[in-house]
Amino acid sequence: MSALAVAAAALQVVGVLAGAPLVVGGMRQVRARLEGRAGGGIGQPWRDLRKQLRKQQITPSGTTVVFALAPAVVAGSTLLIAAIVPLIALGSPLDSAADLFGVVGLLFLGTVALTLAGIDTGTAFGGMGSSREITIAALVEPTILLAVFALSVPGGSANLAAIVAATANHPEQLVSPGSLLAFVALAIVIIAETGRLPVDNPSTHLELTMIHEAMILEYAGPKLALVEWASGMRLTVLLGLVANLFMPWGIAGSDPSFLAVLIGLVAITVKVVVLAGLLAAGEVFIAKLRLFRVPELLAGSFLLALLAVTASYFLGTPTS
Amino acid sequence: MTQATFTGVLDLAAGAFLLAAVLIVWRRELRAMVRMLAWQGAALATIPLAVGIYQADAALIIVGVIVLLLRAVVLPLLLARAVGTEDHERRESTPLVNTTTSLLITAVLTVLAYAVTRPIIALDPSPATRAVPAAFAVILIAVFIMVSRRRALSQAVGFMMLDNGIAATAFLITSGVPLIVELGASLDVLFAVLVLGLLTGHMRRTFGDTDLDQLRELRD
Repeated sequence: MSALAVAAAALQVVGVLAGAPLVVGGMRQVRARLEGRAGGGIGQPWRDLRKQLRKQQITPSGTTVVFALAPAVVAGSTLLIAAIVPLIALGSPLDSAADLFGVVGLLFLGTVALTLAGIDTGTAFGGMGSSREITIAALVEPTILLAVFALSVPGGSANLAAIVAATANHPEQLVSPGSLLAFVALAIVIIAETGRLPVDNPSTHLELTMIHEAMILEYAGPKLALVEWASGMRLTVLLGLVANLFMPWGIAGSDPSFLAVLIGLVAITVKVVVLAGLLAAGEVFIAKLRLFRVPELLAGSFLLALLAVTASYFLGTPTS
Repeated sequence: MTQATFTGVLDLAAGAFLLAAVLIVWRRELRAMVRMLAWQGAALATIPLAVGIYQADAALIIVGVIVLLLRAVVLPLLLARAVGTEDHERRESTPLVNTTTSLLITAVLTVLAYAVTRPIIALDPSPATRAVPAAFAVILIAVFIMVSRRRALSQAVGFMMLDNGIAATAFLITSGVPLIVELGASLDVLFAVLVLGLLTGHMRRTFGDTDLDQLRELRD
């Protein structure tokens, strides 16, 4: 374990911390421009965060420690994911924990913490938002696990660094039916998990449609800042993860040089910016799905993930 | 064409073939279903074309071109003409099984196809036979579409998919059907679709609807 590998992992965490609000701001800006608005600028989420962090702490009466701790749990679990996934370099100090199943578990730890906080407030909106969020999460989880399983078949391991390294060494595996289907399935569940269109509209506060916003309606000041920062980080980390799982070019090796770390940083920044821009541009053209049709979309992505597993298992490996 | 490219193309074609079937189950608009059927036809034609180029077999390439013209162009065009122009005719009415359940049933059918074709693969493991489960899954999905849809046209789409699946299974297992057999089968399908199109048109003119469930009731 070289000092540079540790430095690269630290750089990942700092980069995600500093970059997440910029990614969110950039996506809002792309959307605004495509809709013919001027937009608030890329730095607007950072300015919002600064404003909210300066405000005083307010705790709604009747809430318990669950409500107070949830933002910290969400932010902490997201930062931990940022530290273990291979974004800049492969040989993270936490490599032995960099298991895709572990990442999925951490992701759901954050989701569950927020839904409990939504119920803890005892308001109608909080409970409604939590109920919707957990419905979606329950449908998303099997799909993510199946897609992960499909991805780990060619590499022979569920370790993230092993999967990324296997893809980097054999890029021709990417055009197999298995990984193409897994990509589509993973893209749909990540859109659902991060609460983007067409599953949830991140910019709505309309009581009939909001999911994520309904849960965090009672938060204000620094806690709200933390929750929003964490959801931005979640989006950034997941975009980076998908980028490296399917386009691992430019990532530094397990024993990187200073230059390789620098190239890795630039490569992941470019990949995340491009993916975020595409996602934002795509969102302009679609409307939110009716809540009752969301299970249809998620069942479809579950089927795609299952097909990915069967395809990579039956077509990929020579049957003996 | 090298062995690796051949396997890659064959796998991609089989994957696209199965994916088109899944999308047909997913979508409700009849036009989208017909469009997906055209893509499925193209994926099907890729199989004999790839095998023909790999084995340098001119007859198979001719079969591939015929399949491409017929199943990716002519039949979808004929079916698209039979889609009604009125609004309520353009979408499938509520299917007997809702979409979420249909998709899950499709998943079960796919796994079932993999399970029952294992002995066939074990007979002669080659890149082509390993893709047989995908073709077999399409046959099962097509039968499911035919029993679960209400409109005459979506049942016709199911019938076409069934035929696509059988043709794909034949191409993959035997790596090539004699030209005359393929011509006979293709002509059969062409006439079936012509007759189905005519029937749908007559039904719409007589009853104003193509919902087959409504035809079960006796009327004066």
